[in-house]
This record gives sequence, structure tokens and C-alpha cells, in this order.
Amino acid sequence: MIDLSEMNIVQAVNSALDIMLENDPDVIFFGEDAGYFGGVFRTSDGLQEKHGAHRVFDTPLSEGGIAAITFGMGINGLRPVAEIQFADYIFPAYDQIVNEIAKVRHRSGGEFWCPVTIRTPAGGGIRGGHHHSQSPESQFTHTAGIKVVYTSTPYNSKGLLISAIESNDPVVVFEPKRCYRGPFYGDPHNVPTWKDHPEAEVPEAHYTVPLGEARLAMEGTDCTVISWGAMVHVSEQAIKDSGVSCDLIDLQTLVPWDKEVIVKSIEKTGRCVIVHEAPKTSGFGAEMAASVQERCFYHLEAPIERVTGWDTPFPHTTEWDYMPSPARIADAIKRIIEE
Amino acid sequence: MAAKKKQVTLHVPSAPFRPGDKASFAPFENEPGDLPRPDPVKCTAAETTDHAYGLVRVLDSNGKASGPWNPELAPDELREGLEHMVRMRIFDDRMMKMQRTGKLSFYMRSLGEEAVAVAQTMALETQDWIFPSYRQPGAQFVRGRDMVSMINHCIGNEEDNVKGRQMPVHYTYRDGRYISVSSPVGTQFSQAVGVAMASQYKALDECCITWIGDGSSAEGDYHYALNFASVFKPPVILNIVNNQWAISTHANLASGNPTFAARGLAYNVPSMRVDGNDFLALYSVTKWARERAASGEGATHIEVLTYRAGAHSSSDDPSRYRPEDEHQAWPGGDPVDRLVQHLVSIGEWSDEQQKELEERIDGEIMAAYKEAVTYGDLANGPYPSADTIFTEVYEEVPWHLQEQWDEMKKWSSD
Ligand SMILES: Cc1ncc(C[n+]2csc(CCOP(=O)(O)OP(=O)(O)O)c2C)c(N)n1
Ligand SMILES: [Mg+2]
Repeated sequence: MIDLSEMNIVQAVNSALDIMLENDPDVIFFGEDAGYFGGVFRTSDGLQEKHGAHRVFDTPLSEGGIAAITFGMGINGLRPVAEIQFADYIFPAYDQIVNEIAKVRHRSGGEFWCPVTIRTPAGGGIRGGHHHSQSPESQFTHTAGIKVVYTSTPYNSKGLLISAIESNDPVVVFEPKRCYRGPFYGDPHNVPTWKDHPEAEVPEAHYTVPLGEARLAMEGTDCTVISWGAMVHVSEQAIKDSGVSCDLIDLQTLVPWDKEVIVKSIEKTGRCVIVHEAPKTSGFGAEMAASVQERCFYHLEAPIERVTGWDTPFPHTTEWDYMPSPARIADAIKRIIEE
Repeated sequence: MAAKKKQVTLHVPSAPFRPGDKASFAPFENEPGDLPRPDPVKCTAAETTDHAYGLVRVLDSNGKASGPWNPELAPDELREGLEHMVRMRIFDDRMMKMQRTGKLSFYMRSLGEEAVAVAQTMALETQDWIFPSYRQPGAQFVRGRDMVSMINHCIGNEEDNVKGRQMPVHYTYRDGRYISVSSPVGTQFSQAVGVAMASQYKALDECCITWIGDGSSAEGDYHYALNFASVFKPPVILNIVNNQWAISTHANLASGNPTFAARGLAYNVPSMRVDGNDFLALYSVTKWARERAASGEGATHIEVLTYRAGAHSSSDDPSRYRPEDEHQAWPGGDPVDRLVQHLVSIGEWSDEQQKELEERIDGEIMAAYKEAVTYGDLANGPYPSADTIFTEVYEEVPWHLQEQWDEMKKWSSD
């Protein structure tokens, strides 16, 4: 009998951190305002009090420094988990992640490695303007040596975070901040909580969602919609609105992505729409589209469609004209069905 | 494997006071007059050692001005400074109330730090560049910005000069040589050095002033700025506003050195620590730095010692991490009260005049607010057109953006 609790994503992340701190003395957690205060999104609320300030602590306001000490701790036997307060602020840490953390296993001939996790709230929909809204996942998927995760629900946020922490490879985990306290279906005026959502039924104990496995969020016959992060829920709404029978694949891990699930689905449906809120050019949707084409060309019955954020900075007041809406996604689905 | 040492715990500093504690700070060690005013042109970094470890003050606890740093400002100038500070405070209150009604998405006040931007901008020349963080909007009042246009930005309406692209408080005001505010903290600090290097290259009589927070001084940009400034000696004034807090994180986590000013000495940049709630001291130290800049002697590093009396932002609840009355224990007191006290003590102001000033400014702000909302607000619109997503990304719109723009128009609610 598994004890289940209804959790939102904030609580699910908190539970994952709590369990890993409990299970492994080499796990430590830190970030800006993440210690005493428990994080600006409250994801580490109560953990410093429970596990001690030497295991859960505030850092100086320095993302480059955070990533650098994460590297150092990782190669010297700890399993650190760092929080970057907003994904938009991961860029001062970019050099340490891309040139150092990602490459140390390879550059040292396997003598050193970095079993570290960097987790960060990402994505728009909270009126955050240019610098509290971005989804920079493709800026990491383009780097060899790190795994890239983008969660979407309480269940996968906990299970994927535990997998990331247990992984001996570095993992960057993006969490959809718009969905922290409830799923987002593309209507800013509809603000549901996670209550009664099947993916909010979360085991209290340790479990994993393996890295590299996608989740079939909806099952259908005529089209495959591939998405991640908050856009999974927006796509769900769009599929319902379109009236088309679709597979909805929540990619969960972008690197390495789940080849089996995707190929199998496209071979069944023959059609593919990819949805992400990051800009289109060089977005991870481009990688998906190319890979689907390479692997499933003879099964495709229509061109692959991408519905994405625009190739512009993320706006403040007009963010609903920026993020892919259910209407835009449904239109893409219907368009390729009619091909 | 190395043998284990006795102490196995990581050293993690804590804030001096947490909720439930009684906050008490030692009084300032320096009195006005304790520290000399060196010749700004000849001064070396080493000569500012006492200033970097001490505290430059002009106003004492009774509001009396004295010592070599007394800028001897005319009463009219003092009253002008007071008016800008009062305007900032009442403006902040009004915006915070509007935020609660959804007319803004977010807001950040300068409560308790009003003297910083006002006194320091008043000490400059009008051609000097202002490169602020989000906590120096008061500089715009000194440079004459119309409040209606400031509110238009904050409420993201059709008249917002940055077209609803940025969050509130991220002002841009080129006419006042006030450079666009960016959210990633600290970036302006090193960029300001480049602004000053351009002025230097063009041999213009202008300098650039910039500010960074205590917390943000842990970013690389702080160190890049001091290093480049120390090498190239451009006319830049590098202020670190130590208001004790970075959201919930105390300043003692930003640096192991309790005086931020002292860090500048290691870069061989003359460095001062100044009472940031003392309008006169701030003005005077900034004037001194400007004189250095103008004479080609380069940068000055200033720690502005103050206290963030309000919440970090409208999203923050400081009662979770510090005693609610901590700011009342701050030895620097309140910058507005202290300037009022000084003006009253020299017979140039009265409580009635202060009351009248506050009422007049409150009226001005209400009028500005009423006008601004006629152009729309975040809760009710109208907003800038969604076309503004695509304009000014590049100088000209490339074909791929044009295609996306056309696509967007099919879906926009405009
Ligand atoms: C690079 C970056 N990291 C994190 C943040 C989130 N953040 C905004 S303000 C702030 C605290 C800044 O504190 P301080 O520098 O002391 O300035 P103050 O707010 O006290 O004026 C943080 C962590 C950010 N805006 N940019
Ligand atoms: Mg601060």
C-alpha cells in the first residue's frame, strides 16, 4: 500500500529534496534565498530547519559562483543540488555549466565527474516580462554532457528530481513556474489548483520517473502532439478543443529524449505537432522535427508543424499574444489533419 | 582519503536577527568631523583607508551639520532635495496601492533609501549619465521627468514609453540621461564603466554614476567594474547600496568583509563609506567623486550605508525572515525625517510647511495617477498593441520575424 498525498509542484519538489537529504548525507541543497526563507517560490520551505544550515543554505547572489561551487563539490564527493532563482538568471552560470560541469567527465578521461543537479523555475505566464519568463532549455540541450529535464506535473516534478539527484551525470531541471500551484490551460483568467488532478496524486515516499522516458499524457489515433513544461497542459486543452484524436507526449527529458515512445506514436498517427513556449529558431522543437523526419519519414502523412513562442524577447503586458494559445495549437492540429 | 578534521560543519553565516529577536544595532562609530576631506584630485586609494572602514557623516543625531564634508548647501537646495524625497515616498505609496488593485503586476519601493538617488543625482551635472538599479527611480524626479509618464510605464498602458515590454519600475528616460533598467541584477555596474570609457574616449565633460545592491555585489559584474575602472581610470562613480538585505538574505552572506567599501581599496580605487540616510553627506561625497572624475583621476567607489525599510517588492513578506520592527532600530534613522530635522533646526522649515508639502505632492500624484489611468492600466487595458512584440527587436524587421508577426495578427486579441 503506497501512501499518496495530493501535492502541487512546490510541495512535490520539496518532498523530493527532503527525501534525498534524508537518504544521502552527501546531498546538500543551496541557492539564493533558498535556505532560511525556503526559496522565493517556497520549494525548500522548512528544509533548513529540518536538515540543518550546513545542508540547506543561502548563497551569495552569484549564479556563476553557485555553479562553480557545485562543480567543486561534485567532483569532491558530494551530490549537490543548486537552485537558480529564475531560469532567466542561469546565464551568469552558463560558462560553468556548459564549459566545466558538462565536460569534466570527458576532459579528464573519466577520472572526474559531476553528479550535480541544477533546478530552476522557467517559463512565462506570470507577468514576468523579459527576465522572469524565458524557457532557455535549448541553450542547454545543445551542450554535450548534461541531461536536460523539463517537468510539468507534481508527479513528474518529484520523480524526475529524484532521478536527477541520483544520476551521476549533471542534470539541469526546468520547472514550469506558472504550474507550481495549478495546471495552466492557456486561459489566464482560469486559475485552477492541482486539486483532483490525477498527476497531483503523489507517493509520499521515494520513487523515480526515469530520465529519458516520455509520458503519454493523452492517447489517440490521428495526430501526435509533442510538448513539455506548461505547454503540455495548454496542448491538452487544444486537443480537446480541436476534436481530433491525438497522442499527447509529455517529453519530460529533452536530453536524452525518448525515441521509442515518439517513433511508435508517429508510426501510428502519421502526423506531428510540436509545441513549446521558447522561441522557434533553434528551439528544441527544431531538433524534434528533424529527428521525427529522419526516423519516421515514410509514415508521415503531412508536414510537421511547430507552434512556439515568437523569435522576440518575452513581453510583459502582451504575454498572452506571445505564448502559444490553445487556439493556435488546435489550428495547427486541424490544418495537418486536413492535409 | 584525507583524515577527517574535528570540525565537520560548513560555516554558514546567519542574519544577526530573525523574526522574534529583538533587533539592536551598535551606534555609528564615527561622528561628523571625524574624517578629513582629502583633495579629490591628488587623493590615493590608501589615503581613503579610514573612509572605507569608517563612515562619512555630516548630520549628527540632532540634525546639526558640521565637519569638512559639510557641502554648505543653500536652504533652497535642501528644500528641493526634501521635496524630491517626499515625492518619491508618496509616489511609492500610491503605486503600491495600485498594485494591490491589479493595476500594476508588481512594484518595488525605495522606502528608507530615498536620499540615495536624490542627493547623489543632485550632486552631478545634467550631462552626467545615470545608470540605476531598480531602487534609484528618484533620480528621474531630479532630472525633471513627468510623473504621468512614470506611471504610464508602471501600469503598462498605451502610453508606456517602453511599450509594455518590461515589468514595472524598469524605467527608461533618455532625455534625463537615465539608462534603461534591466532585471538581471548587477549588469549595469560594469556597463557603466564602458559608458564612462566612451565619455573619456570622446573627451567629454561627463561622468557616469551607477549603483549596485549589497546582495548583487556578489555577482561577477561588481568585480569586473572595479577592475576595469582601476585599469582604465574612466569617470565613473561606483556605488554599492548596502541596505542590509537582498530579499531574505542578509548582507553578511554577500561578503565576508563587513565593510563593502574596503573592497575597493584592493583594486586601488579610492573608496568611501557614507551614511546613506544623511542627505548632506551623500551629496558631498558624490560631489567629491565627481570632481575626481572631471579631473581625469578616474573612479570612486562608495558604499552607501542604509536600510531597506520596506519589503523587497510587492511579492515579498519580510516578516518571514526579519523582525518586523528591525528598521526602527537602524542607527541611521529615516532620511526624510533627518533632513526635515536639519532644516527645522536651522530655521528654514517647519512642521506646518512639511505638512503642506506632503499635501501638495499627494495632490500632484493623485492628479498624475488620474491622468495616467485614462490611457489604460494593466487590469483593464488598453495595453500597447501586440505589434510591439515585434518592433525594435532589430533595427529593421527581418523576414522571419515578419512572417511570425503576420501569423500573430491572426490570433491577437487586439
Ligand atoms: C542575476 C539575477 N539573479 C537573481 C535575481 C533575483 N533578484 C532580484 S533582486 C534580488 C536581491 C537583490 O538584492 P540587493 O542587491 O541587495 O539589492 P536591493 O534589492 O536590496 O536593493 C534578487 C536575488 C535577479 N534579478 N538577477
Ligand atoms: Mg540590498
